[in-house]
Amino acid sequence: MATDNKDESFIETKARDFNKDNVDKSTGVIKKAFIDTIPVMTGYLVLGFGFGIIVKANGYSILLAFAMSFLIYAGSMQYVAINLINGGASFIAIALTTLMVNARHLFYGISMLDKYKNTGKRKPYLIFSLTDETYSLVVRDNKHIPEKDKKTYYLLVSVMNQTYWVMGSLLGAVAGSVITFNSKGIDFALTALFLTVFIEQWLTTKNHGPAIIGVVTSIICLAVFGGDRFLIPTMVIITFLLGVYREASLENEKDIESNYSPCKKEAKEVDSYE
Amino acid sequence: MNNAYIWGAVLIIALVTAGIRFLPFLVFGGKRKAPKIIDKLGKTLPFAVMGMLVVYCLKGVSFGDIKGFVPELIACFVVFIAHVIKRNTLVSIVAGTVCYMILVQSVFVP
Repeated sequence: MATDNKDESFIETKARDFNKDNVDKSTGVIKKAFIDTIPVMTGYLVLGFGFGIIVKANGYSILLAFAMSFLIYAGSMQYVAINLINGGASFIAIALTTLMVNARHLFYGISMLDKYKNTGKRKPYLIFSLTDETYSLVVRDNKHIPEKDKKTYYLLVSVMNQTYWVMGSLLGAVAGSVITFNSKGIDFALTALFLTVFIEQWLTTKNHGPAIIGVVTSIICLAVFGGDRFLIPTMVIITFLLGVYREASLENEKDIESNYSPCKKEAKEVDSYE
Repeated sequence: MNNAYIWGAVLIIALVTAGIRFLPFLVFGGKRKAPKIIDKLGKTLPFAVMGMLVVYCLKGVSFGDIKGFVPELIACFVVFIAHVIKRNTLVSIVAGTVCYMILVQSVFVP
C-alpha cells in the first residue's frame, strides 16, 4: 500500500511538472485513468455489491441486476427502483420518481457542454455514463492529462467506472451470501471523493461564491425539506442564486471570467493542437 | 408481479435517466450557441454542485446522538487535513475512508 501511494504521488508530481510527455502516451493515460478511478472502484464495487444482494434477496434474477446496472446505471435510483417494483408502482409514478431522484444530472450536462463538445463518437456514451462519481472526475481541471489525451481520458474514466459498478452488482447477486468481509463504512469513499474534489476546487480558485452558494443552499434546504426531498428545491435555488450572483458581480466580470474559464482555456489549447 | 411489468419498469427508468443526462446536450449542444446564462451556469455550477453532493452524501448525519455525526465529522476533517497537506486525491480518500471504517466498526459501535 505504502509503495502504491508513493508511486501515485510520484506520478502526480511528475504530471504537474508537465515533464512526462516522453513516457509512452497511451499506457500513461490508461494508468492515470485507472489510478484516478480507484476511489470510485472502491465505492462502486461495494455499493454495486449491495445492490446485487438486494436484487437477489427480493427474489429477482441475476440478469435483472446486470441489466439494471448496465442500462440504468444510476446508483441511488437503482436502490429506489427495487422498492418501486416491489410495491407495484405505476409506470407514471416510476417515471416521476426517476425524474426527481436523477434531476441533479441536468447540472452535470450543463457544466460538461464545453468539455464534451468535440468528443465525436465517444459523446453518446460519455453522456449516458455521466454519474455523480464520473462527473466529479471529469469536471476537474485534470491538469495531469495532456490536452490531446483528454477525450481518451474521459472515455476511459467513464468505461472503467461503469465496469466497476456492473462487476459489483454481478458479484453481489452471485456471491452475496458467501462473502463476510466487514465493509461497513466503506461507502464513505464516495463522500471523501466529492469532498476532495470540493477542496481541490476551493484551493485552486479565488472566487468562492458559487461553492459557498452550493453548500449553504444545500444545508438550508436539507434542514427545511428533509433528506428525501431537498435536492429539487436546492437545485432551483442554486440556479437562481448563480444567475443573480453573476448579474451582481458584473463589474468584476473580467476577474471572474479569468477564474472560471478552465473550459475556455482548454478550448484555446485544443485549438492550438489542431 | 410479472416479468413484463418488471422489465417495463426497468426500461422506463433507463429511458428517463438517459433522457435527463442527454437533455442539456440536446438543447444546447448543437451548432446553435448556448445562451449566455447557460454558458455562465456551466462555469459556476461545478463548484456549487460539488458542495451540494458533499451535503447530499452527509444527509444521513443526525445531531441527536454522538454516533450520528462524530464519525463523519472526524473523517471529513481527516480528508481535509490530508488533502491540504498532500494534495493527493487518493491519499486523502484512503485516509478518510479507513478512518471512518475504524470509527463506525470499532469506536462508535451502535
